[in-house]
Amino acid sequence: MIDAPLTGTRPAVVQERRPGRLAGLFHRSESLRGYTMLSPTMLVMAVGILAPFIILLAMSFWTRQGFEFDTTPTFANYARAMSEPIFGAFLARSFWVSGIATVATVLLCYPMAYYVAFHVHRNKMLWIVLMTLPFWTSYLLRVFAWKVILGYEGVINSALLSMGLIDAPLEFLLYSQTAVIITLAHAWAAFAILPLYVSLEKIDRSLLEAATDLGDGPAWRFLRVTLPLSMPGVIAAVFLIFIPTTGDFITPALLGGPDGAMIGNLIQLQFGAVNNWPMGAALSIVLMLWIATVALVFLLVTRKAQERLA
Amino acid sequence: MTSTDAFIAIREVEKFYGSFQAIANVSMDIRHGEFFSLLGASGCGKTTLLRMLAGFESASSGEICIDGQPMSEVPPYLRPVNMVFQNYAIFPHLNVRDNIAYGLRRLRLPRSKRHEMVEEILDLVKLPGYGDRRANELSGGQRQRVALARALILRPKVLLLDEPLGALDKQLREQMQVELRRLQRSVGITFVFVTHDQEEALTLSDRIAVMAGGRVLQVDTPSRLYEAPRSREVANFIGTMNFLGARVVSRANGHLRLDIEALGQLDLPAGGTPLSEGDRTCVAIRPEKITLHKDRPGGDAPALSGTLEMTTYLGERSHFHVRVPGCDNSFSVSAQNNTIQGGEGQASGRPVWLTWRDDALFVLGKD
Ligand SMILES: Nc1ncnc2c1ncn2[C@@H]1O[C@H](COP(=O)(O)OP(=O)(O)O)[C@@H](O)[C@H]1O
Ligand SMILES: [Mg+2]
Repeated sequence: MIDAPLTGTRPAVVQERRPGRLAGLFHRSESLRGYTMLSPTMLVMAVGILAPFIILLAMSFWTRQGFEFDTTPTFANYARAMSEPIFGAFLARSFWVSGIATVATVLLCYPMAYYVAFHVHRNKMLWIVLMTLPFWTSYLLRVFAWKVILGYEGVINSALLSMGLIDAPLEFLLYSQTAVIITLAHAWAAFAILPLYVSLEKIDRSLLEAATDLGDGPAWRFLRVTLPLSMPGVIAAVFLIFIPTTGDFITPALLGGPDGAMIGNLIQLQFGAVNNWPMGAALSIVLMLWIATVALVFLLVTRKAQERLA
Repeated sequence: MTSTDAFIAIREVEKFYGSFQAIANVSMDIRHGEFFSLLGASGCGKTTLLRMLAGFESASSGEICIDGQPMSEVPPYLRPVNMVFQNYAIFPHLNVRDNIAYGLRRLRLPRSKRHEMVEEILDLVKLPGYGDRRANELSGGQRQRVALARALILRPKVLLLDEPLGALDKQLREQMQVELRRLQRSVGITFVFVTHDQEEALTLSDRIAVMAGGRVLQVDTPSRLYEAPRSREVANFIGTMNFLGARVVSRANGHLRLDIEALGQLDLPAGGTPLSEGDRTCVAIRPEKITLHKDRPGGDAPALSGTLEMTTYLGERSHFHVRVPGCDNSFSVSAQNNTIQGGEGQASGRPVWLTWRDDALFVLGKD
């Protein structure tokens, strides 16, 4: 009695197990499975990045007509961006400020990452977490903190005043390019430490010993082995900091003052007070192209330098 | 050995990691131009000793001199030694040519001269035309040759090799052994070679230091180590050995009268052993020096009788395990298959007799 239904269903079960043609393809094709796994991400990327970008690109060829847009395509905005020197000047200043901030950040973070990677043997993760601790607070909060430190009556000035080292507050500290550079360098440090640490940590210790064995003292060894092998981390850190800081507008707006303003502030103005969205869009596209160019040049230069050192 | 023999002089060297003693009071001399091996089980301190020669570890006490120069104050990058690392440590960001030329920076040679030297050494290690390859485009054996070339191009006084053949498959390993030996002869550089493989050490070396637990047990030529090991540890490590417990009855003009288990009283040459009356010790004999008899042999030579426990057929040889009454361990006997009759004659359980030539049995040091 019990046997009968069991034997009856068995062939059906076997047939169900046999995979369909589509499922078979799915199981066999590695790339198909990969795309399926990626698809949610790709969807978000398409909707969240590609769509706004296309809108931005399209809008950059429009013009403003009072409070309306004239949608006939034209290069007028780009022509203006190239002919009026203020745009070029702001762009150059942005690259300058964020370039300095990037170099400063990487230079300051490299020794920290190096120390944790090579000289800390226990609780490395704890060190990394401690180093990134300041970045758990909001960006805005950190910018304001720097305002408190650098201000006329801020920590540095009042300390120097009370010690009698200066007679009047140092003005270059706040509302200047210096203030922007210091703040950017600090605000983005975590983005340098992590990739630098990962690339340094990965370096096989026996390679360093081999370099030593072949006659290189610590300095040469660093230049010929450690630095080249940590280059992926350096490049990642440079991109991760340079690209977003070039377009940053919060820090220059709050700490930059008149000669600390950057291209991001100008773009923000176009979308805000000036209310010329197509011009803002064109400026954004120009900024993007310039960043891409600078990044490419940087990549080529580092590759050449690496070949030269070898 | 005179003091001029000591190209590398290791004097009472000790190494502590915290409270753990990795090297215990090692003294030995390595001669100029010799192929010297450090042989021992994993963890016995071979790498530590080699790294002290290279300068990556400093001795806790004692002194190492290379070519008459004390090394304790010399940093590794200034020592006249080079190393072939266990994992080869080929620089992944450089091609083969730049890897090999890496150490030439200090010589400040023109580029063309550097390339010429690299090509020459590539020929020597049998990798001609491989200069432009990247490290990840090389097989294990090729990486090994690159590591060798990279060290040899600097003409060091001493080449240190840390188990360089460990990662290779058996066939390639045997081929590389031959080439290493050829290379060492042709360049005339002193090689210090670390291995845990006794066969490899015996094949390659002029002399071998057998190590255990951070100590050096014996330094000798391969044949002396095999024929005349000075302790049970060494005898056990190199090949297979049969031991018989013994007690010294008396010692007179270079001979020991021993009371040996299962054999009774016997006179043997004392050799260099520091044994005296009443000491407990061992006598030893190699499996291939024992003759197996199916019938009781004639004559009055010492013979042991026992029962055959097991026969292992190994192609050219056979291995026999013989249980002898009064002995703790069964005896290993090895014989070429052309000298014995095969077949049912070797059924287990049958009685057999063991004999040997007089000089095959020898006495070991104090237990
Ligand atoms: N850096 C170190 N710190 C602590 N102990 C170590 C260190 N290096 C090696 N040892 C210990 O020293 C002993 C000898 O190691 P090693 O020289 O590498 O042995 P071998 O090369 O003969 O296998 C081992 O017990 C090992 O655990
Ligand atoms: Mg080792």
